[in-house]
Amino acid sequence: MKKIPQSVYYAIFTGLFGWLLVVSFNSSKRKPDSVGELFTDLSWLNNWPKWLDTPLMKWINDGWKVFIAEYGLIFDAIGYGLLRGYTELKQIIVQAPWPVVIIAVIAITYFSSGRKVGTTVFVGICTFFIGFLNPRFWDKAIETTTMVVLGIAICVIIGIPIGIAMARNEKVRNAILPILDLMQVIPAFCYLIPGIILFGLGAIPAIISIFIYACPPLIRLTDLGIRLVDKEVIEAAESFGASRRQKLWGVQMPLALPNIMQGINQCTMMALAMVVIASMIGTRGLGDEVLLGLQQLNVGAAIEAGLAIVLLAIVLDRMTQAYGEKIQERNQPVKKK
Amino acid sequence: MSKIEINNIYKIFGPTPGTVLENVKAGATKEEVLDQTGHTVGLDNVSISIEEGETFVCMGLSGSGKSTLIRHINRLIDPTDGEVFVSGQNVLDLSPEELLEFRKKNMSMVFQRFGLFPHKTVIENVAYGLEIQQIELEQRNKTAMDQIDAVGLSGFEDQYPSQLSGGMQQRVGLARALATNPEILLMDEAFSALDPLIRSDMQGQLIELQSQLKKTIVFITHDLDESLKLGDHIGILNGGRLVQVGTPEEILLNPADDYVSSFVGDVNRARVLKARAVMTKKDDTHNGKEIAHRANENDTLEELLPIILGTRSLIEVVDNSGNPLGYISDREASRLLSKS
Ligand SMILES: Nc1ncnc2c1ncn2[C@@H]1O[C@H](COP(=O)(O)OP(=O)(O)O)[C@@H](O)[C@H]1O
Ligand SMILES: [Mg+2]
Repeated sequence: MKKIPQSVYYAIFTGLFGWLLVVSFNSSKRKPDSVGELFTDLSWLNNWPKWLDTPLMKWINDGWKVFIAEYGLIFDAIGYGLLRGYTELKQIIVQAPWPVVIIAVIAITYFSSGRKVGTTVFVGICTFFIGFLNPRFWDKAIETTTMVVLGIAICVIIGIPIGIAMARNEKVRNAILPILDLMQVIPAFCYLIPGIILFGLGAIPAIISIFIYACPPLIRLTDLGIRLVDKEVIEAAESFGASRRQKLWGVQMPLALPNIMQGINQCTMMALAMVVIASMIGTRGLGDEVLLGLQQLNVGAAIEAGLAIVLLAIVLDRMTQAYGEKIQERNQPVKKK
Repeated sequence: MSKIEINNIYKIFGPTPGTVLENVKAGATKEEVLDQTGHTVGLDNVSISIEEGETFVCMGLSGSGKSTLIRHINRLIDPTDGEVFVSGQNVLDLSPEELLEFRKKNMSMVFQRFGLFPHKTVIENVAYGLEIQQIELEQRNKTAMDQIDAVGLSGFEDQYPSQLSGGMQQRVGLARALATNPEILLMDEAFSALDPLIRSDMQGQLIELQSQLKKTIVFITHDLDESLKLGDHIGILNGGRLVQVGTPEEILLNPADDYVSSFVGDVNRARVLKARAVMTKKDDTHNGKEIAHRANENDTLEELLPIILGTRSLIEVVDNSGNPLGYISDREASRLLSKS
């Protein structure tokens, strides 16, 4: 294949731009009187020409209609499945007596942190204070947590395999990276709206939004964690004849685990932030309380609910963080002596 | 056929190695190729044959292609051009599955920065090769324990690598490599990261192990003393080209070019040269000197020097069964000890 010289591209672009100028002049209402004014009075170029407009909105809306008609059932099924999972999980925790919940949280933290008493006590106190702030918050916090946990579960199930695929294949990585950038940059409201249309109001679009918003860091950190594993260690595994699968599960994943746990931790924090935003589309939970305070201009209520979210964040953060640290310590035990 | 046979290997790193190969074959140097095409020449027409049971040392400065060369033997790296035979098998013909089997059965590798698995205990590290071969836990722990004993690390089997000193970590690396009982041992600067004392300790340990095990060892180092101590044959690499192959004596006494000379300049020759390499036939200058000592052909010149200098008389060199092979006088000694 012969390479097209760059000057050809420049010529094409200059030609196109000149043509645009000519058309703009022809269609402009404020035509200058003389050639001199063409350059001194540029008002004929002030407004963006009306005819120069892609009908992107119309295309998307048309495409969207076809999409819903063709595939709406699939989303109904996903939404239904998620809703059942969500309701049942929530029911179990909400119906449990509150001391049992606190004890469960303490027990999970104790074992996941490798029996660190300090962390455990701290998490226990924070959990207690959520209900202590306002009895109404207890059930709402459980609702929020259930959404966050389900959201993270989806992130883990989908995100970690994607991260692994990226680490193993350059082409996959190059294809996925821009999508991750898009997911992180696009404003949340842009996908909250299609979310409502696909899944209705409530917890399910919130969980889907959590996935879109919180999954990229988990994917990135999984990919990074695997690629950061010492090259010599990988070579050692290869030199003993380890297959790709043995290498991945025996060496790369265990050594990437601290990074992956960091990703899950990030994911948790972002999920909590998203739950608050999602209250705008009628998702209940602690975010709902903040929104209520905002609407009634009730500063106390808003801050009280905000504090409850902070406490919940601390609890979830400590629990995931402590687990990551435990693995980290096993991989790089502190030197004796 | 030799145990390991490497024929006219070229390795070029870069986006399109194929396009540069002709240049390199036509004689372009590493620097020229890098300047003109941005490709790095890793190996340039290297051919080596390594006999069963010998220790072949590959030496060269950093960046000369040593690591690249050794990784061709277990095909962690594919050559741009050339052939590699191990035990008569063309390594480049192996399918991906066959390659895994080949690595499991034939060879293992020891690394400069040890390459231990930080999330596995010492015994799990040592047993790794056996784990990959899907040998059952009890059996592999038993084999691993034997190896841990052999390198003198009993009692440390449940520690993690980061709890051990550098020397101990490399002994784990050595035990791990030996646990699969491979015929070939590839050692990439295995002792370079260790302190001098521990290093010479490890060299001694390797020599002792080798005298019992008789593996085929490919050992890489940038240190001439180490290569003279360990190597039956030494190959010297410079800028991806093999500039000289020979026994330690040949390298010391007949360096092929300035690069090799600059290496051997600082060596204590007396410690390396064996009586066999120094002796000559009896000639006229020896007349009138009596034979003061009978030396084995493998004695080093260093051991004989006090006798030579003390008595100014003749030393007779004999082989293991006592047959006379040649003679050494102060004249031979001084000729070989002078640097030029
Ligand atoms: N994966 C690689 N990509 C590009 N260049 C490489 C790669 N591996 C090695 N090289 C280059 O090949 C040359 C030989 O490297 P290496 O075999 O590691 O040298 P040594 O082990 O003797 O220090 C060096 O110039 C190095 O920069
Ligand atoms: Mg190297």
